Amino acid sequence: MINILSAILILAGVFFYLAGSIGLLRLPDLYSRLHALTKADNLGLGLLIAGLALHSQDLLIMLKLLLIWLAVLAASATSAHLIARQAHRQEKVS
Amino acid sequence: MNPVSLLVFDALLLLSIVGLAWASLATSDIRRGVILFMAFGLVLAVAWGRLLAPDVALAEAAIGAGLSGALLLAAAHTQPRPLPPESTNTPRNHGAVGVVLRWAVTLLCTALAGTLAWALLHVFSSTPHDMLPGAISANLAASGVSNPVTAVLLNFRAYDTLLEMAVLLTAVLGIFTLGQANPGYQPAGPVFDGLVRWLVPVLILTAGYLLWVGAHAPGGAFQAGAMLAAAGVVLRLAGRTRIGLPEGFMLRLVMAAGVGLFLLVGLTLLILGRPFLGYPQAWAGTLILMIETAAMLSIAATLVLAFLGGRPEATGVKAAANRQCEEIPRC
Amino acid sequence: MTELFLLSALGLMLSLFLGLLRVLLGPGIGDRMLATQLIGTAGVGMLLLLSVLLKQPALLDVALLLALLAGVAAAAFTGQQQTHHD
Repeated sequence: MINILSAILILAGVFFYLAGSIGLLRLPDLYSRLHALTKADNLGLGLLIAGLALHSQDLLIMLKLLLIWLAVLAASATSAHLIARQAHRQEKVS
Repeated sequence: MNPVSLLVFDALLLLSIVGLAWASLATSDIRRGVILFMAFGLVLAVAWGRLLAPDVALAEAAIGAGLSGALLLAAAHTQPRPLPPESTNTPRNHGAVGVVLRWAVTLLCTALAGTLAWALLHVFSSTPHDMLPGAISANLAASGVSNPVTAVLLNFRAYDTLLEMAVLLTAVLGIFTLGQANPGYQPAGPVFDGLVRWLVPVLILTAGYLLWVGAHAPGGAFQAGAMLAAAGVVLRLAGRTRIGLPEGFMLRLVMAAGVGLFLLVGLTLLILGRPFLGYPQAWAGTLILMIETAAMLSIAATLVLAFLGGRPEATGVKAAANRQCEEIPRC
Repeated sequence: MTELFLLSALGLMLSLFLGLLRVLLGPGIGDRMLATQLIGTAGVGMLLLLSVLLKQPALLDVALLLALLAGVAAAAFTGQQQTHHD
């Protein structure tokens, strides 16, 4: 039962990763690509981590996975903000 | 585990590594090259993980993913940029000399690659007479740690690590001859500042964790030092003036701590009648931890100073006083 | 179960490849920076899967390091240096 749930979560995670990457390739400009990447990618990683946490059934590993996910969330959000601000600044100059 | 899927995974990994390496060297724009090199480091960390070398993967993740991009960019920023970004100018050939030089370099690289390939084939085809893993596992219990990598680095081959620390110290002295550090960064906005506020303590904690866990699992002084350095670099990027780097005498003490403690331990053991760096078995674990702590601090200071690009300016002195045109390269 | 993990790792590798295309193509520096973030996140995911597949719990630590340092790169690229003359 746990295995089935974990498998579903992991597959859903990979699906969102691929969706985000396809969005990265097909969307027209930087700002929309930022949207696709930051949202879909982190959701994919979150689902992947949830599936792995269920699979491992070890408290320490679950906590480490939770820390990884929180760190990636914060870093991705900040990076997206910094990249968008930099691009906006360069647009204003040119 | 399906071998075909694993093969496909490995092939794709290999393709991306080679492709990124080629692309990062083939561009003419420095910043593009640095980004490609950072991506190369990220994929390389995954590759080390795939090759079951977690210690190297940790080091690659700490240095290649975070610090190398910042270090290379800090170096690139101080160069004048005559070309517009994303330009497609190719470097000028100097006529016949250029062509000969290119062919010579190509032949040398091909010869080197060929020699390496021949050596690898020789190793894999001949009967294994490599006694190293056996020797290590036989002596691991007497080394004071249970991680074989740490045992080799800090006990069996401690002399090599001492020389490596000396190389790092020489590098820092070289950095000091470059003059004053690069100018600082503008204070960060609320988003990045918020990230820094929790990231730096977590980085410091992770550094301590890696140092401690290096005794019985992948980790160690180098990875821990790189994490501390990342904390300092992040503080610097957020526009802080105080980045955790000690000043004056304390800075020199920290810089010399790695080599210094190593030498102190080695010479003390020599005086006590044991071989140089031959730890007594009961003390081995403690001595290794002490040396690793000093090494971690030295490595962190070295990397942060490399990012700063010179002597750190003293905090508390007015910025204008430091910017006077006495140091000609900085004007 | 291991088969599923391997297939997921392949899926993440495909995602990384698509990101590579964006790194190599992307018209601006921001697009390349963005794609590097994708490579970083995909790398974290792959390391997590590999740690279960290859039975190496240390790879979780590698993923943690990648996650913590993911923000440093973007900050290094977008940091504004103070000019010499105040």
